[in-house]
Amino acid sequence: MNATALREGWAEYRRSPVAVLALLVVVAVVALALLAPWIAPQDPYNQAGLDLFDARLPPGETGSGGYVHWLGTDNAGRDLLSAILYGLRLSLTISVTAGLVALVVGAAIGLAAAYYGGWFGALAMRVVDLQLSLPAILLALVMVAMLGQGVPQLMLALIAAQYAYFARTAFGAASAERRKDYIEAALSTPLSGGRVLLRHLLPNTLPPLIVVVTVQIATAISLEATLSFLGLGLPITRPSLGLLIANGFQFMLSGRYWISVYPGIALMLTVLAINLVGDQLRQVLNPRRRR
Amino acid sequence: MLGFFLGRLAQAALVMLVMSVLVFLGVYAIGNPIDVLIDPAASPGQRLALIQQYGLDLPLWQQYLRFLGSVLQGDFGNSFVFRIPVLSLILSRLPATLELATTAMLIATLLGVPLGIWAGYRPQARSSKAIMAVSVIGFSVPTFWVGLLLILFFAVEFRWLPSGGRGPTGALGLSIWSAEGWTFLLLPALNLSLFKFGLLIRLVRAGTEEVMGSEHVRFARAQGLPERQVVGLHVLKNIGIPIITVFGLEFGSTLAFAVVTETVFNWPGMGKLIIESITALDRPVMVAYLILVVLLFVLINLLVELTYGFLDPRVRVKGAP
Repeated sequence: MNATALREGWAEYRRSPVAVLALLVVVAVVALALLAPWIAPQDPYNQAGLDLFDARLPPGETGSGGYVHWLGTDNAGRDLLSAILYGLRLSLTISVTAGLVALVVGAAIGLAAAYYGGWFGALAMRVVDLQLSLPAILLALVMVAMLGQGVPQLMLALIAAQYAYFARTAFGAASAERRKDYIEAALSTPLSGGRVLLRHLLPNTLPPLIVVVTVQIATAISLEATLSFLGLGLPITRPSLGLLIANGFQFMLSGRYWISVYPGIALMLTVLAINLVGDQLRQVLNPRRRR
Repeated sequence: MLGFFLGRLAQAALVMLVMSVLVFLGVYAIGNPIDVLIDPAASPGQRLALIQQYGLDLPLWQQYLRFLGSVLQGDFGNSFVFRIPVLSLILSRLPATLELATTAMLIATLLGVPLGIWAGYRPQARSSKAIMAVSVIGFSVPTFWVGLLLILFFAVEFRWLPSGGRGPTGALGLSIWSAEGWTFLLLPALNLSLFKFGLLIRLVRAGTEEVMGSEHVRFARAQGLPERQVVGLHVLKNIGIPIITVFGLEFGSTLAFAVVTETVFNWPGMGKLIIESITALDRPVMVAYLILVVLLFVLINLLVELTYGFLDPRVRVKGAP
């Protein structure tokens, strides 16, 4: 992809103000997550720093720490703003890592299946299709149940649940490219098969994969939150967004809405913004639209 | 047609066999059920007797064969927690989940199809853009979060509907026979329908846009048919088949997603049961649930493929891989 193509793509992307706004939100969320240790008023992972006298303070109250809890505190006295920032950091780390690893694994399987074909390709895609016919939440649930709680386990569950989407997309795109003349031409030169695969086939299957990776990262955030909400994700000492929401749920019925609602809004905005960006990328990268 | 049918059936059986091995191995890896089963105060002798009774001292492959043998006879063993046969335990929760999933799918279809047709019929209209925005929200926002919001507004703030649980059940174990039952059913069903609602809008819109630009719609218009008839007859007919397919395939995933909704709304269905069994290490229930769900998926896929083979002869020819 060269500079002109990038500029043209951006011009196309910019046409939707909603998508531009969504992109800004994504950038802001990522920045907040990266900077969390420096901008959060409190370290929510430091159990010793929590004061139970500060528990369930409504938004805007000043706690024993001497600073204002703009979003209130949870039942353990955690400053919710800090907990949300750290939660975002954790959720993004898990889902982006899982998404990228799933992309590499899935794309490798899909490309290899399309390039080599034969019984290997048929078998690999059969497995992928079978997995795609089962809902991701079910697979993730089973994986987490098997592996136990923790960050690496959660990532593994997400990767196992998501690689199939990349494999299917890469296979579809690569099979279409495989039949084109330029690949045949490249194959007739003394270039090695691996080189043709990586330098010629892979770059041309990237656009659809980029779209899938954005959507899958959003799905991963959502899945991680859901698993944590169900009590199968992370331990409460390191709250992710889903766990914060689950944790606040019991207090919601007694009117202390903020413990659940603010982490929920953060989660919703993040997922929605990433999906909107993915949607617009799909439009921009759609080959039928390219002139 | 018979060859195609038998081939697919054999494939489905093979898939089930592979899945049963995977599920068995996976669940086996979770933890030692002995710790759950046996009173810590039990003597070593009692312990050994129980281990032998459940066959947990056998090598893994023998345990699998034993398991497969009883499963084929419809015996999934007894729940460690409830101490009753797993199959009847799961089946007793089935009506609640089926009722929830069916109502959710109906809500999604009755709302999603008309809105999708409108969005595809007038793609540039402001209302269509709003519909599409709603659909993005529908499948972007995590189900459990929407559930919490529904509870916050309709149960906590306005106090119109109960925050969870299930109403009185009548015939067939369903709660749809009384108005009170519906008050409990409405919020969870709405919650569960949201994802499919967003999906259906997109699907129907794409289908409608395609059909609207086709020759036969232009001819129908040229004939002077009223717009209502063009859309109601020609468009609906042409988008009908893919919608029915998706409806079939998505029904299974709605059942799986019910896990989340049931937990949020404390709905006593299969999904809540599986979450409870995972936390309690209730191995037989987990195995049986997973195998039954996979069986359901395989059956639905088989049914959809056979319907295709029936409707479209081309599928039959290239059906064999």
